Formats: sequence, C-alpha cells, structure tokens
Amino acid sequence: MRSSANADRVAARLRRRYAAEKRFRAYGVAAIIIALGFLTVLLASIIADGYTAFVQTEVRLSLDLDPSVIDPSGKRDRADLSSADYAAVVHNALLARFPEASDRAARRRLFRLISQGADLEVRKLVLADPSIIGSRREMWLPMAASVDQLIKGNMARAPEKGGQFSERELAWIDALQADGSLKTRFNKWLFTGGDSRQPELAGLWGAVVGSFYSLLVTLALSFPLGVATAVYLEEFASRNRWTDLIEVNINNLAAVPSIVFGLLGLEIFLNVFELPRSSPLVGGLVLTLVSLPTIIIAARVSLKAVPPWIREAALGLGASRLQMVTHHVLPLAMPGILTGTIIGMARAIGETAPLLMIGMVAFIVDVPATPLDPATALPVQVYLWAASPERAFIERTSAAILVLLCFLAAMNATAIYLRKHFERRW
Amino acid sequence: MSTTSDAYLRQDADAAAGMAKITAGDVNVHYGDKHALKGINLAIRANEVTALIGPSGCGKSTFLRCINRMNDLIEGARVTGLITLDRQDIYDRELDVVQLRARVGMVFQKPNPFPKSIYDNVAYGPRLHGLAHSTADLEEIVVTSLERAGLYDEVKDRLDEPGTGLSGGQQQRLCIARAIAVSPEVILMDEPCSALDPIATAKVEELIDELRENFTIVIVTHSMQQAARVSQRTAFFHLGELVEVGDTEQIFTNPQHKLTQGYITGRFG
Ligand SMILES: Nc1ncnc2c1ncn2[C@@H]1O[C@H](COP(=O)(O)OP(=O)(O)O)[C@@H](O)[C@H]1O
Ligand SMILES: [Mg+2]
Repeated sequence: MRSSANADRVAARLRRRYAAEKRFRAYGVAAIIIALGFLTVLLASIIADGYTAFVQTEVRLSLDLDPSVIDPSGKRDRADLSSADYAAVVHNALLARFPEASDRAARRRLFRLISQGADLEVRKLVLADPSIIGSRREMWLPMAASVDQLIKGNMARAPEKGGQFSERELAWIDALQADGSLKTRFNKWLFTGGDSRQPELAGLWGAVVGSFYSLLVTLALSFPLGVATAVYLEEFASRNRWTDLIEVNINNLAAVPSIVFGLLGLEIFLNVFELPRSSPLVGGLVLTLVSLPTIIIAARVSLKAVPPWIREAALGLGASRLQMVTHHVLPLAMPGILTGTIIGMARAIGETAPLLMIGMVAFIVDVPATPLDPATALPVQVYLWAASPERAFIERTSAAILVLLCFLAAMNATAIYLRKHFERRW
Repeated sequence: MSTTSDAYLRQDADAAAGMAKITAGDVNVHYGDKHALKGINLAIRANEVTALIGPSGCGKSTFLRCINRMNDLIEGARVTGLITLDRQDIYDRELDVVQLRARVGMVFQKPNPFPKSIYDNVAYGPRLHGLAHSTADLEEIVVTSLERAGLYDEVKDRLDEPGTGLSGGQQQRLCIARAIAVSPEVILMDEPCSALDPIATAKVEELIDELRENFTIVIVTHSMQQAARVSQRTAFFHLGELVEVGDTEQIFTNPQHKLTQGYITGRFG
C-alpha cells in the first residue's frame, strides 16, 4: 500500500521533471527562432536595398575621337591630352544619336542623361593609347544616377509619382533601350573608385584601402603589444596590488566607449604629435587603443587555458621561464590568441565613432596611396552615404554595408577555422 | 653551512661518511601562513631509492619540490634551512637553478608529455642544455633514453607520433625517458604510478629498480606495497614533520614510532 503510493509520487515527480525539461527546450528553440528571424529580416532588407547597387546602367555610344576636339594643337602632348574636352566628344556622340535635339534647352536635357563623369572614361581610354585619336570607338559609358534609378525601377516614370523626366527624355531613354544600347552592367566604379558627389561614380575602393591601412597599423601594433602584455601578466608578473590594479583597468578599458579613444587620439596623436589628420596611420593608432584590451584579455584567457603541468614539465627539465613560454606555452596558446586578435580586428574594422573624431570622415575622392594620405574607412563611408539624400546613395549605402559584412564574415570564418583546426584536447 | 645542519651531518653516520647525495638540514617550508614542513633533517644516499610516505597533505610533495627548487615557482612559498646536493648548498645565490634542474630531474604524478612527437619529447632536454653536438648524437641520446625507460621497443616505429597518444603507462615511461635524457644525477618522482593501472605500475616499478644503478631516486608514494617493493630507505612524514627514517625493511617490520606503526598497518592514512 505504502510502496505503491510512493511509486505514484515518484512517477508524478518524473512527469513534472520531463515537462520542465521540455518547456526549457521550447524556450531555447523559441529564442533562437526569434534571433534568427531578426537576423533574416535585417539581412533581407539590406540585400533588397543594396543588391541593385552592384550593377550600373550604361549606354553604348559610338564616339568620334576627333583630333580637332581632343588635340587641336596636334602635338599629342600628355598635359594637353589630359585636360582635353572629352565631354564634347561624349556630347557629340549623343547628338549624333539624337540629331532632333537641336535647341539649347533640348541639348541640355539630353546631356543631363549621361553621367558627368562619362568623359573621364573616355579620357582614360585615350591616355592609355593616344594612337586611337582620329578613329571611331564604341564604348559603354555610365548613365546619370537618375536614369539608373529609373531603369532599376526605383523611380516612377510619371512626374506625378515622383518621376524626374519629361516625355521627351523618356522617349530618348526608351529609344536607347529599344535598340539594346542601354544596359545594366557590373558596377565597376563601386569597387575601383573613391568617393564622388555623383552617385554613379562613387566607389568603395578608397574606403577599403583606408580600412586596410588602418587595420594594418592596428595589427602591427596591437598584436605584439597585446601578446607581450598578456605574457608578462600571466607568466612573469607576481600577483600583487599593482598587477591587480592593472588587470582591473584593462578590463575597464575594454568597456570604454570607443569615441573616448577617438578623443584621446585627437588630443594626443593629432594635437600633440601632429600626425597627419584623416590618415589611416592615426586611424590605426586609435583602433589599436580600441582593440588592445580585447586582445590582451583574449590572450590572457588562452595562456590561462594552457595547463600548468606543461609549465612544470618544461621547468622541471631545466628550461628558463622565457624558454618555457616561447617553446611551449605560447605555441599552445597561439590559436586562441589569434582568434582573439581576429575578433579584436573585426571590432576595429567596424568602429566608426573614433575615426570621426580624428577626421577620417572627410569627403575624399582619391584612393590613399600610403597610410599617411587622407582617407576614410568602410563604416565611415556607410555613415557618409547614409547621410546623402539621393536615392542612388541609399542603395549604395546598403551595398557598402554588405561589403563590410562580407569582410566581417570572412574574418570571423578565419577565427572559427583557426579555433577548429588548432584546437587541442588535453 | 648552518650550524644545525653541521650538527646533523655529524650525527648522521651516512652523511658523515660522505655517502649522502642529498642532505636536508632543518628545512622549513611556509606557504604564506601555513607551516607545511617543520625542521626536516634527512640524508638521501646515492644510488638508492628513498621512498617518502605519509598521509595526504603531510608535506611529501613539498619536500620533493624543495630538492629541485620547484617551490620557487609557487608564490608565497618560503623555504629555509639547508639542502645540499653533493655537499653544495642548492639554495646558494650563486647557484643557477637551471643547472640544478638539469642535475635533478623530476617525474610528476600525472604523466605530462609535451603535445609534441615522442622524439621531440625526449630530445627537448638535451637540446635545451646543448648535450648533443649533431643530429646523430641527439638521436642516440633519444634512443638510449627510451631504451633505459623500457619504452623503445614499443614506440620505435612511431617516434614522430604525438607523445600524448600513448597509453597512460607509456606516457609515464616517456616522461621518465625525457627526464633521464638530460643525464641527471637525481630523479624525483611524485606518486608516478597513482594514475596508472596495475600492469603499467608493475612496469614502472621494475624500471625504477633498474634505474637505481645509475641514479639516485626519491619517490613519493601512497602505496605501502610500492614503497616496500622499490625502495631501500623509507621516510615517514606526518603533519609536516619527519617522524621516522630508516631502512625500508626495518620501517616495515620494526617501526620505532607509534605513528609509523599506525600508518603502515593502515590505521590511518
Ligand atoms: N601551492 C600551495 N599553496 C598553499 N599551500 C600548499 C600548496 N601546496 C601544498 N600546500 C599545503 O602544504 C601541505 C603539504 O602539501 P603537500 O606537500 O602537497 O602534501 P602531500 O604531497 O604529502 O600530500 C598541505 O597542507 C597543503 O595544503
Ligand atoms: Mg603530493
């Protein structure tokens, strides 16, 4: 009698435990689904906004490289050639295509359809090979951003729905499209150019190079500094009030808002040391401050994870402390340290605020050639484009975000690979 | 040399006869406030196995770690008194601790091969101390050490495989090979068999007996039988004090002290 009542109680308790476990699993699954949902929505909206920026509407024009327009002096002087009126060449080609645009107003409207930077493409071609002057060339040239947006369907045709084009302009565009002279092609400007006021010419390359130089400086400084600090604190320093104080402060530094490091950089690197403003060198120095605590903490954790008996074994054989560290502890901790470094770098590549403080937010057209040239960085470029009102910059903002995300994903994938590949079980 | 130890050396016949490889005179160890070893006087003879026995926490490992100064690494550990190796004070400021550890090897409780190849494990010490003048030299040292550790036949075909892939007993013998590759004079062993199964234990015990010919061995063990099997001298520690030391046979058959008697008959421990 008693034992059966007991068995009932046990069974009831078991049922409750199973139910609680099931509930807990359900909470977990729900949390993951919600998180994944947000992530999907975020990615989907960025991709939906941004994928069109990877193509650009171009027009095929038959250009008459007339020597009397390009090189009236006939001397083929490079300086003359680079300052020649290539816009006229482009405009003549358009007029040849649409001879009916004869009055000034019509011509201005016609010329407005093509990018103001189209002449630069012609110039590039001629400068690369001046012997083509005098011949006829067929070229694909970028259309103005407004035409691009119309073709991509981001702008309505009808003026009452926000369309910017008159009947006549629409007719020209339709005519070009009808005979296959108007196409969307891969947007090479996005990946080769610096920033520009013309959305169709604006590129990320300047920002990518700026980010690259900054990260190079950051890596070159924060990796050796971070590892040396971590090794000293973990393997050499004795634990006392000073090392405790240092440890607490490193942990605090990891939580300091990055804009504070930017202000520090502004004051020290720019005002005191007078390093060049807006340069990736200063950007890298500031990002070093941002990523150093992360790297130190990650390196210390990896060093701590090396079991103490490895150290005892080495010391017991007569290794000095330095030999113990360089022969055994550091190699074993390296995968973890590298992972931490990459995560620190990934944080640095996404930092915007501190770079704003040191002037990497300027409008810079040229791609930086050295870490001392003025530059922006990828996230700052996103910030700059996001502040531009043109519809064409909206899609480019999303495209820039996608490029940035790709960099981050690649870095994190490398970190995961390192962790998986070099992971050690004791 | 301090007076206590002089007195002690005079008193101990072995030490006086110069037979002692290692002597400890009034050795005290503190971990912070904790007095872990209290006035230890002990002479350890050359080419003998000396077993240190006693209940957990009585200071056996602490004493062992004094002999190769591994206690230096523990923060807050303080060693006083005199320990000599071949009549030389090992805590002398002039003495290089790296040199000392080349002369006094250690085998730990848990087999701790480096996560490297079997070859590199054994070659590490000789490389560190520049004992080999050529690759062939080094290879010879590695092979001889593995042979002396009774491991060579088992691993000769896979010297480049990781040492961590061996069985526990093999790993411990690899650690012994690694220690003897440096040609130490003394080998300290801290419960070297406590992580091993009985068969592996038997092999290691056999090995210890062979090694005695060339090395002075100090072994900490939890097992009375092991102490009886492998050692010639036994020292019994209790609560940080050396209660009794003597020939193993005498300690196990005719202990002088009540505590020793209690411990070896299993009344506590
Ligand atoms: N690193 C240490 N820090 C503080 N106390 C320690 C440390 N190592 C050992 N002790 C203490 O010293 C005493 C002796 O320890 P130990 O030599 O390891 O004993 P045994 O090896 O005989 O079991 C123990 O009470 C232990 O708690
Ligand atoms: Mg112990």
